[in-house]
Amino acid sequence: MTVRDKRRKTVNFVMLSLCALCALITVSTLFVILGFLVYNGVTSLSFDFFTKLPKPPGQTGGGMGNAIVGSAQIVLVATVIGLPIGFFTGIYLAEYGGKTMAFLVRYVADLLNGIPSIVIGIFAWTVIVVPQHHFSALAGSLALSLMLIPITARSTEQFLLEVPRSMREGSLALGANKWRTIARVIVPAARKGIMTGMILGVARISGETAPLLFTSLNNQYWSTGISEPTSSLPVMIFYRAVSPYDDFHQQAWAAGLVLLALVLLANILARMVISRGASLPR
Amino acid sequence: MATSSAAIGTGAPHVARRRAGGDEVAYLVVLVFAASIIVVTAAIVWQLWVHSSPAREKFGFSFLSSKLWNPVTDQFGAWPFIYGTVLTSFLALLISVPLGVGAAIYLSELAEAKLSNTLTFLVELLAAVPSVIYGLLAIFTLIPLMRDYVDPALQNALGFLPIFSGHIYGLGYLTAGVILAIMTFPFIISVSREALLAVPREQREAALALGATKWESTFDAVLPFARLGILGSVFLALARALGETMAVTMVIGNDPGVHASLFAPGYSIAAVIANEFTEATGSTYLSALVELGLVLFALTIVINGLAQLMIILTTRKGSAKGG
Amino acid sequence: MSPSPQTAVKPQQIPMTPTTTPDTGRAMKTAQPKMRAANINFYYGKFRALHDVSLEFATNRVTALIGPSGCGKSTFLRNLNRINETLRDTRIEGEITLDGENILTKDVTEIRRRIGMVFQRPNPFPKSIFENIVYGPKINGMLKKSTAAEIVEKSLKRAALWDEVKDKLHDSAYALSGGQQQRLCIARALAVDPEVLLLDEPCSALDPIATAKIEDLLVGIKSQCTIVIVTHNMQQAARVADTTGFFLLGRLIEHDKTDVIFKNPSKKETEDYITGRFG
Repeated sequence: MTVRDKRRKTVNFVMLSLCALCALITVSTLFVILGFLVYNGVTSLSFDFFTKLPKPPGQTGGGMGNAIVGSAQIVLVATVIGLPIGFFTGIYLAEYGGKTMAFLVRYVADLLNGIPSIVIGIFAWTVIVVPQHHFSALAGSLALSLMLIPITARSTEQFLLEVPRSMREGSLALGANKWRTIARVIVPAARKGIMTGMILGVARISGETAPLLFTSLNNQYWSTGISEPTSSLPVMIFYRAVSPYDDFHQQAWAAGLVLLALVLLANILARMVISRGASLPR
Repeated sequence: MATSSAAIGTGAPHVARRRAGGDEVAYLVVLVFAASIIVVTAAIVWQLWVHSSPAREKFGFSFLSSKLWNPVTDQFGAWPFIYGTVLTSFLALLISVPLGVGAAIYLSELAEAKLSNTLTFLVELLAAVPSVIYGLLAIFTLIPLMRDYVDPALQNALGFLPIFSGHIYGLGYLTAGVILAIMTFPFIISVSREALLAVPREQREAALALGATKWESTFDAVLPFARLGILGSVFLALARALGETMAVTMVIGNDPGVHASLFAPGYSIAAVIANEFTEATGSTYLSALVELGLVLFALTIVINGLAQLMIILTTRKGSAKGG
Repeated sequence: MSPSPQTAVKPQQIPMTPTTTPDTGRAMKTAQPKMRAANINFYYGKFRALHDVSLEFATNRVTALIGPSGCGKSTFLRNLNRINETLRDTRIEGEITLDGENILTKDVTEIRRRIGMVFQRPNPFPKSIFENIVYGPKINGMLKKSTAAEIVEKSLKRAALWDEVKDKLHDSAYALSGGQQQRLCIARALAVDPEVLLLDEPCSALDPIATAKIEDLLVGIKSQCTIVIVTHNMQQAARVADTTGFFLLGRLIEHDKTDVIFKNPSKKETEDYITGRFG
């Protein structure tokens, strides 16, 4: 072997090893994140954590019960608003739509998807907080629903399109009309994918912080309605993390662990259900 | 559309008409929902425009170039935030593109199918981690790491360069760039890996048959073939980095100035909105923040548009090349 | 044919193979074959795709491999430059020698420079015509001796493509027609001066005119190169090949002078295939 060939072989080995190293580094970040969260947060998890209100720094026994409930509230309302709109838009894109209209809707959905979440927050603020002169969970829910809509629309569309044409034609040939075909045949056929798309979307918005910062704001107490400022898990994590108190930091870790566990579980579940079918939308 | 002649067994015309009516209603319902997306998006643009008007009227285009951000004197300029946003995103890509493409190469060319799929699945899970959690980690683990090890090392080696000079705090542009890089890994890796897997086997074999090593065939034949897809992934990652709020807010240092050193604290558009929106008093202040939101909106539209273009070009070129 | 050494031979023991010997039958019989495959068994996972195949390829001759779809002729060919190794879960048993040395134990990149391959569908790189051809010499360090332009011109002339592209060398390779792209791939393979050229059904995606051009150029280059061509087209084998091997179900049924195979085959399976009774 010539010197030149030896050099090529060395370069080959070095570069391919570097690529393997890159893969190792990137994959391990997930475990590093999980590791730190577990290490720092698990000791603060307790029954109190899930049920009590936060206490001032220095006092023990506080919890994030209001943040957990608040998050659930805000996400629930956002889901109620956003899922149906996203779902029907997805049906529109897959089953109806002339060329230009469908193209426009799809383009706008992608546009909406790409808008930074903080800008969505500004919009919700202008539309609800400003006229009402106060912060509210509703504003937060609106912001989150606006993020949920394009995610749901695109994933619903994708899974509907995967239903084979022959199923549609079979139903129509039996005399069913279009909406019955969609409702009774196509959507049920695609339901696994559609549902997991929805789960992933909801998981995504439950972790969002920025759109809530000046819509639902925050609340040290249990919130009593959707027109009140409401605390939420992500917002609590943020404020606790940037605060100067150690016990607040502890709570941030614990809350982070809870949030991440929920989000990851939803994602893993969804991907396992899907893995027998097609791949996920981006 | 149902035809009455196909209604077997229930050929009554009134049934057919009812069915056809049901279709029309369904169509309208679905259309309304779909159209609402267009309406809402238009509303977003409209509201951003309207609520930024005091600032826009007062500063005009100089808003974009002015370095001054002073709530006390009601002077607002966007430049420090544009600078911080672009700089941190650029740093993020600088780190994550080589790492991500390298990992994608491993996953598509070297790892066997099952391992590759499992690892890709794990990497894609990273995309689901909420931004505030990245921020949480960054504050307590990344900042000390940067402050105690990475930044001093860089300063020792390259401190003569202005970008590596100055006091080290641990937070700042570079740290924000690093956490953003980690957040963009999954986009680069996932999309690049698919672009690489889509390269036909014959391209690799053509290079290998000429006596190329595996690396040479990957670098010279496979990567160029996949370059559009990889570029698309970069734009996707860039779009994500530009709009990223929480993680950056938590480590950038919140300094509305323009600094050459990467170790210096800075600010990004999303971070200043997140921090100051609820504190803003006066319509000029608030509208300046809204105008910043408008600028960010415009930036991400452009980048996302480019990413879409790349993806369209890749699919079209792929089918043309097959011939 | 005189037996060649079975085991790995030290370099200085290989007899010099004459490359410009006049084409007499006796010279062919006593010279060492350029390549020799001995008792090749090849597995895709658990599936045995090649059964005990032994075959010799005489220097500067064209050998055609024919047989019905799935008979293993392409699989066999792809083992000759070890390109099958890029597929997962494959295994080869036996010995393949080039000039007496077992290629399965030598450095694979060197082997592939000496044994070139042209594939079934044209697969030029997404680069210009010029860059496509220069690639092989560049990575193999051959650009020092002659300039890139010389190599490009020489290769394109050998591939009978020079006149058609000499004015647009820096255009993209994809701007060429299918037949031209395939000739470009041949030029690219020839640019590294291989001693053996393997062609895997090179004309199957081309029209008859492009096919004829390629067949002509193969006959033209065989004096510099040993050629093995897999083909589905028996007429093509009859036109270009000196010897032909017939494969069926992973076995080499018969290998002989092309005339003999087509007019007077010794095995019944060969005769059945030739006369069109199957495949």
